[in-house]
Amino acid sequence: MLKYFAEELLNKCSSLRKKWEDEVKKLIEKRPERRQRFSTVSDHEIKRLYTPEDIKDLDFEKDINFPGEYPFTRGVHYTGYRGRLWTYRMFSGLGTAKDTNERWHLLLKEGQTGLSTAFDFPTLMGYDSDSPRSAGEVGKCGVAIDTLEDFLVLVEGIPLGEVTTSMTINPPATVMWSMYIACAQKQGVSLDKIGGTIQNDMLKEFIAQKTFMLPPEPSMKLISDTIEFGTKYVPKWNTISISGYHIREAGSTAIQELAFTLRDGMEYVEHAMKTKKLEPDEFAPRLSFFFNSHIDFFEEICKMRAARKIWAHVMKHRYKAKNPRSWWMRFHTQTAGCSLTAQQPYNNVVRTAVEALAAVLGGTQSLHTNSLDEVYCLPTEHAVQIALRTQQIIAEETGVANTIDPLAGSYFVEKLTKEMEEGAWEYIEKIDNMGGMLAAIDAGYPQMEIANAAYKFQQQIEEGDKVIVGVNKYVTEEAQECPILEIDESVEREQLNRLNEVKRKRDDKAVKKALDDLRRVCKKDENVMPYCIEAVKALATEQEICDVYREVYGEYRDPGFF
Amino acid sequence: MSDRKLRIMVAKPGLDGHDRGARILARYFRDCGYEVIYTGCHQTPEQIVEAAIQEDVDLIGLSCLSGAHKELFPKVVKLLREKGAEDIVVIGGGIIPKQDFQYLYDQGIKEVFTPGTPLEEIKEWIDKNVKVEDRIL
Repeated sequence: MLKYFAEELLNKCSSLRKKWEDEVKKLIEKRPERRQRFSTVSDHEIKRLYTPEDIKDLDFEKDINFPGEYPFTRGVHYTGYRGRLWTYRMFSGLGTAKDTNERWHLLLKEGQTGLSTAFDFPTLMGYDSDSPRSAGEVGKCGVAIDTLEDFLVLVEGIPLGEVTTSMTINPPATVMWSMYIACAQKQGVSLDKIGGTIQNDMLKEFIAQKTFMLPPEPSMKLISDTIEFGTKYVPKWNTISISGYHIREAGSTAIQELAFTLRDGMEYVEHAMKTKKLEPDEFAPRLSFFFNSHIDFFEEICKMRAARKIWAHVMKHRYKAKNPRSWWMRFHTQTAGCSLTAQQPYNNVVRTAVEALAAVLGGTQSLHTNSLDEVYCLPTEHAVQIALRTQQIIAEETGVANTIDPLAGSYFVEKLTKEMEEGAWEYIEKIDNMGGMLAAIDAGYPQMEIANAAYKFQQQIEEGDKVIVGVNKYVTEEAQECPILEIDESVEREQLNRLNEVKRKRDDKAVKKALDDLRRVCKKDENVMPYCIEAVKALATEQEICDVYREVYGEYRDPGFF
Repeated sequence: MSDRKLRIMVAKPGLDGHDRGARILARYFRDCGYEVIYTGCHQTPEQIVEAAIQEDVDLIGLSCLSGAHKELFPKVVKLLREKGAEDIVVIGGGIIPKQDFQYLYDQGIKEVFTPGTPLEEIKEWIDKNVKVEDRIL
């Protein structure tokens, strides 16, 4: 063991601390501190001061080491952001495919370096725009995609061999990925050249985000199918983005976000190893992660540093991966939507900047910064531009990317990183003992832990124990308005016309055959991906494909825990 | 007046999965001593109305953060009227721009609460506006 501090220094530190504590005690008797107890936004207690004594048990090599070296606490890359900055990846999608394509071209022109797709709710849930369940939702929260024809418009003029694209899509991930693959083939780009990410993380849907379709078991099967297909044919694609973002938005603490996300990741690794007979080193380098960056600056940075460390440990020791790339945790970050306020919305620019800075100091690989108006609607172009510029200012003006992991060695940061790690391990072991994440979800365990944390936070807000500026403190009477983007009702009509047009001109026999083939392999437990790709090429709609899945595998309903 | 407890249904219409607010409200109402039914996500207006009548609730609180409130909230009120259950009070909440409030009031939604509203304020509104009537059994 390589101790962080020499015994002599620790002894000296201890005697100096006692002297300081005596002074503090005298002082706070006369003038008490601002509050009895200080804690993070997650209610994790924070001490008055951190000293070498707090990190005396750390092992320099095992806990911290150097960037690019196990356990990657200081980052997975040897040169940090000096070699390459993080990817500016703004999540966007609105209205029709044409509307979104225009927004994408604008973002690329403004210096964005990767794309990220927001789909509307019908697309997210595997319904077509003409389903009765889609009424009022088409194009509202993202772009409406029904068939390959829509997807071709979405990526028009985007060189799929050069730009990487992330797609936030879960139950119908196989369908949207198939469409992307079909578009790449039409552009003449081979599958080994395309790069991007499908979110494809169903466990956190059951836990937090609630876009469901199939029950947990068959959901896992489709995910392992994509992992297997990607491993064989689309080697630069991240077939899953194991997400803590939505867990946090649902009200979890930072430690819960960390623990549940990592435990989800382990579940996927085990499932792919077991059902596809894959070795971890064959697919683990393509697993990616997605975290929230909330308002509590240091807690977020430490959460991200701890995340890399835990994942490296798990991959190396639990799953015996040998390739250091399998030990890497690479992650995307989005600033916390739930930290933004409808009251005094311009303050959201400041919140987002602080959260983005935390993500950068935590070592994120790509970043989405929320726009100030997203508490009201999808963002306007002007608001998106400010959000993108926030990243560019952090990257290119502030100098924080000049050196790697600049906060390392801070007594506080190293101690809090350790506490995040230990807190997460406690949860992970508890879930292990329950029989894994599927069993835990079935018991409602992560759902209730999050519900409890969310309710506790709400009570702290009500009591004024936690402050949200403009909401429970510094409230102004006059309404401060910002411009709002409205998705015109004509979007739904336009999309329905497009869908009808495709249905009229396509070869119904070919559609039926493709869907029958898909149904057959679903029942046989074969990999669905090649058949799904054929179905989208035959212009089967998203819902037609998802209905085959629903028919074969059944549907999941929200148990409604509260 | 009756000693019966007020029965509240917290409902999530549409495809939206943002349920943090709905679940917090459900728990808060329960802590306040009301009887609470929470539907879970992804309910159609038809399912909500059917359940509300079956559960004999006094109030439905609809939560929508997807932008589909103008379609979904009025539909619930309309279906209640069709079933002769217009005595059930309907309120709504979520990401709802101010300019939509009047439209929702006109369609029979009695009040709209947006993010940042103190929970107590919602309770006060309910206590003032929703009366527990004796039911004929």
